[in-house]
Amino acid sequence: MAKLRVGVVSPEREVWTGEADMVVAKTIDGEIGIMPNAAPVLGVLVEGGVLRLKGTDRGDFAAAVHGGFLACSGDEVSILAERAELGEEVDVQRARDALQRAEESQASGESGEEYVARAARARARLRAAGEDV
Amino acid sequence: MGAQLRLLRRRVSAVKSIAKVTRAQELIASSRIMKAQQRVAAAVPYEREITRAVTAVLSNSASVDHPLTATVENPTRAAVLVVTSDRGFCGGFNAAVLRETEALAGLLRGEGIEPTPFVTGRKGLAWHRFRGREMGGEWDGFSDNPAYADAKRIAETLIEAFRKPADEGGVDEIHIVYTQFISMLTQKVQVTRVLPLQVEEAEVESSEVPPYYEFEPSAEAVLNELLPRYVESRIYNALLQSAASELAARRRAMKSATDNANEMIDVLTREMNQARQAEITQEISEIVGGANALADASAGKE
Repeated sequence: MAKLRVGVVSPEREVWTGEADMVVAKTIDGEIGIMPNAAPVLGVLVEGGVLRLKGTDRGDFAAAVHGGFLACSGDEVSILAERAELGEEVDVQRARDALQRAEESQASGESGEEYVARAARARARLRAAGEDV
Repeated sequence: MGAQLRLLRRRVSAVKSIAKVTRAQELIASSRIMKAQQRVAAAVPYEREITRAVTAVLSNSASVDHPLTATVENPTRAAVLVVTSDRGFCGGFNAAVLRETEALAGLLRGEGIEPTPFVTGRKGLAWHRFRGREMGGEWDGFSDNPAYADAKRIAETLIEAFRKPADEGGVDEIHIVYTQFISMLTQKVQVTRVLPLQVEEAEVESSEVPPYYEFEPSAEAVLNELLPRYVESRIYNALLQSAASELAARRRAMKSATDNANEMIDVLTREMNQARQAEITQEISEIVGGANALADASAGKE
C-alpha cells in the first residue's frame, strides 16, 4: 500500500519526517484522518491538539501540536505547528505541573483565554505522552 | 631608564591587553556562528511549507478578499522594520543597515509615503533616539539569539498597525531592512516588502500546479490563520539571518582588530629596542668621552 510522506515542522526545527499509513489530526472543525490518496485538504489545527501517526517505521505514535495547519496533497502531508513535541519528548512531570498551575489559576478566579490555552496545551502534551488526563 | 623607553613599554602592554580582548571576542563570535547557521537552516522547512501553503491558497481562490492581501491604491504611510544588533564591536554591521534604512526612507518619501521606523536591537534604538526620531515599536535583548516568540511579538505589533487605516495611525505597507547571511565572508543588507503580500511564485516549479485544496473550515478562516503565521515566519527568518550576520561581522571586525594590534605591538617593540639601544650608545659615548677627558687632563699635568 502506498504510504504518506509526513513532515511535522515547527518554526524552530523539523520535528519529525517519515512515512506513515495514516495521520489523524484535530482541526477546528473536528478530527480529520488522512490516508494515502486523500483529497487535498488545508485545515487549521486547534490549540492543544494531539496528532496521531499510524503505521510509521517505528509503529504508532503521537505528538502534541499547538496551533498551526495541516496541508495534504497527494501523498504528502505537512503539519506546520507553531510548537510541536513528540510524545516521547514530553517531560511528563513538567506537563503535569503546568496543567496543575493553569487549573489552579483558573480555579482562583483568574479567567482568560491564556489560562484555558495553557491548560489545553498541557493536556495535549500529557495525552501525546500516553498519560490519561 | 629613559622617559621614552618607559612610555613605549606602557603602550606595548596596553596594546597587548586590547589584543587579548579582541581575540577573545573573535573566538566567542566564531563559536556562536555555527549555532546561528544551524538555526537558520532549521527554520527553512517551516518557511518553505508555509510559503507553499500561502501560494496554494492564493492561487486556489482567485477572489480572496482579505485585509492582509489588500493593496491600498494610494499608500500614505509605511512601517519599516529595522533589524540591528544589541552590541557593537561588529564593524560596519549596523551602519550598513541604518544607511539602507535611510535610503529606503528617502525612496518612500519620494513616492509620497511617510515611513515609520519599527526598530529591533539596542544599536538601532540608540541611533533613532539620538536623532529624536519617532518609532512605532521598539524591541531589544535578543539580537544574537532570537526566539520565535520574539518574531511573534514583532509581527503582532506590525499586523495590528497594518489593519488600522492610515489616517488613524495605521500603515499601508510593511518593509523589513535586515542583513542576509550569504556566507561567512559575505553578508548583504536586504530590503523586502512583507505586506501587502508578494508571494514569490518563482520558488514553486512551474510544472507543479498547486492542487485544488478543500479548506477546513473555510478559505477565509484558513487565510486568517495562515497570513499572520506567514508574516511571523518572514520576520523570524530576518531575525535569524541578521543574528548570523551579526556574529560573522563581529568575528571579522575582531579578527582585523587583533591583527592590527599585533602589528602595532611589533612596531612598538622595534621602537622600544631602538630607544634602548640609543640609550646604551649614549651612555657608552659619555663614559668614553669622560675617560678621554680624564686621560687628556692627566697627560697635560705631566
